[in-house]
Amino acid sequence: MSAPGASGARQFWRRLRTQRAALVAAAVVALLVLVALAAPLLTAIEGQDPTTYHPSLVDSARGGVPIGSFGGVSADHWLGVEPQTGRDLFARLVYGARVSLGVALAATVVQVVIGVVVGVAAALGNRWVDQLLSRFTDIIVAMPLMIMSLALLAIVPSSFPRPVLVALVIGLIAWGSIAKIVRAQTLTLKELDYVSAARLSGWGSWRIARRELLPGVAAPVITYAALLVPANITVEAALSFLGVGVKPPTPSWGQMLTAADVWYQAAPQYLLLPAGALFVTVLALTVLGDGVRTALDPRAASRLHVGTGRKREAKA
Amino acid sequence: MNGFGGFALRRLVGAVVTLFAISVIVYVVFYATPGNVAQITCGPRCSPAQVQQVAEQLHLDDPLYVRYWHFLEGLVAGQDYSTGTAVQHCSAPCLGLSYQSDQQVTALILAKLPVSLSLVFGAMVLWLVLGVGTGVLSAWRRGRLTERLLTGITLAGVATPVFVIGLVLMIVVCGQLRLLPFPQYVAFTDDPEQWAWNLLLPWLSLALIEAAAFARLTRAAMLETLAEDHIRTFRAYGVSERSVIGRHALRGAFAPVIALNANNFGSAVGGAVLTETLFGLPGIGQELVHAVDVVDLPVVVGMVLVVGFFVVVANAVADVLYAVADRRVVLT
Repeated sequence: MSAPGASGARQFWRRLRTQRAALVAAAVVALLVLVALAAPLLTAIEGQDPTTYHPSLVDSARGGVPIGSFGGVSADHWLGVEPQTGRDLFARLVYGARVSLGVALAATVVQVVIGVVVGVAAALGNRWVDQLLSRFTDIIVAMPLMIMSLALLAIVPSSFPRPVLVALVIGLIAWGSIAKIVRAQTLTLKELDYVSAARLSGWGSWRIARRELLPGVAAPVITYAALLVPANITVEAALSFLGVGVKPPTPSWGQMLTAADVWYQAAPQYLLLPAGALFVTVLALTVLGDGVRTALDPRAASRLHVGTGRKREAKA
Repeated sequence: MNGFGGFALRRLVGAVVTLFAISVIVYVVFYATPGNVAQITCGPRCSPAQVQQVAEQLHLDDPLYVRYWHFLEGLVAGQDYSTGTAVQHCSAPCLGLSYQSDQQVTALILAKLPVSLSLVFGAMVLWLVLGVGTGVLSAWRRGRLTERLLTGITLAGVATPVFVIGLVLMIVVCGQLRLLPFPQYVAFTDDPEQWAWNLLLPWLSLALIEAAAFARLTRAAMLETLAEDHIRTFRAYGVSERSVIGRHALRGAFAPVIALNANNFGSAVGGAVLTETLFGLPGIGQELVHAVDVVDLPVVVGMVLVVGFFVVVANAVADVLYAVADRRVVLT
């Protein structure tokens, strides 16, 4: 495990820097975050917004097909317009990045907070607390995330702000794995000498948990959380695709794909843009997550490359 | 084998307890949420008196634990429902009646189950074969171009949402190339050949995504085994590379693959919901999306429980298989 503190962070960056794929992925992720943050600015430069209807830009006689070549691409509408409504696709795409990344990050934060609290409490509590929390975690892990969130999202009144709700629902259902990892890690750390020393010095449970255990738990949690973000992006997109996630007029990539199969001939970019955006985002985050894991636990990575009987393996 | 039998029994009891807990949580969460079910069921134009009548008919005014007790009773012993004038008997595993159609939820689910089971288990065969096969191939060709290519493809697979690959497959294969007609579910008992042809694309959409995870895992587990001392011993004794890879290294991947299969079963079911919706297959997923749309709580709760049942069973089976596959596992 990497040591806590500033030197640990520096070591982490040094190890991450040596991985070319992870660096490229990190750059892509940074760019995406920038686009999401600068969405109002970017659309202002284009001179459009994501919600205004442009009925004059679609051919109502042909069922709402965008007028003009490539689905209505023009100097005013850089990526064309949405079929039927004529809303600007570029604006919807960049605002969609906000929803995608925002919901996924928020959901991850909820998962990590609940998972760490439950995991540490189970490991430090007495036998009954541990039994209760561990069984509860088992039950949570057994709940099918898509099915549960699909059902839950449908029954909450629509007055609740939708992106917040989606993040909460994903976060509240899918924290089980983090809790399990944290519990296992804390149980291991608890037996180490420096923790016993702290206990013998008369430190309370809370202080030990915060000062001695949490830094040691950080590495596996960060590793796992880095892989939760792309998973959450996929879930949000899937829920919005099914029509229960983020609701119109708020743009979301998954939602844009709902009607894309009808329009792929008239406006192929209506399918390709959100699909491509999802693909690139999830891919970049997954590669970055792999890189983070390698940087935090180099042994696990190098194990896979050592002594396999052939040369080359030094890559990692 | 007494220890093993005891382990399997304990695991079974654990599964039942988990299922019971899930049923309580699901029931409470869904029936305790705000939102006027009676109003929604009755329709927007109902008068307050009519809404009240519906609420009484659905026993919405009873306390939650009373309703849950009735629900459990129905599940274990069956129940009689009065719908207007007639009395409908809902036999043993009774999950209640649909608010919308007065149909029995159990019957509704049983009617849709073959479609979903065909989809999930067919896809499972495909993703295990594809995933493990790809993993073995890249472990065997490690360091070569083949491995890099496969690694890239599986990474892309991991990053693609199931509904995106399904959409693309449907558009390219059915729309552009016209290789297959748009899927239309045909029951296996009616025509096995048509059943398979129509499910081919849904199977592929679901399996390609899942297979990627299995390929990564298989490769990693095999490389880890290949680094162990006993493999070096085999090599020293002159065991062929094919045998080292195909028999000894593959054995090391067996247990993790079983574990991942159980672990991913729930997400595969979620993927099946998307696949069914996308291809218009009349399975549990499509019905669930519809029930959610009209807030048909008995159907929603019933389906969540049935899916939960399959997930819990899958996990229990995996644990037992795991213990069989890896003798080192301590049975607790």
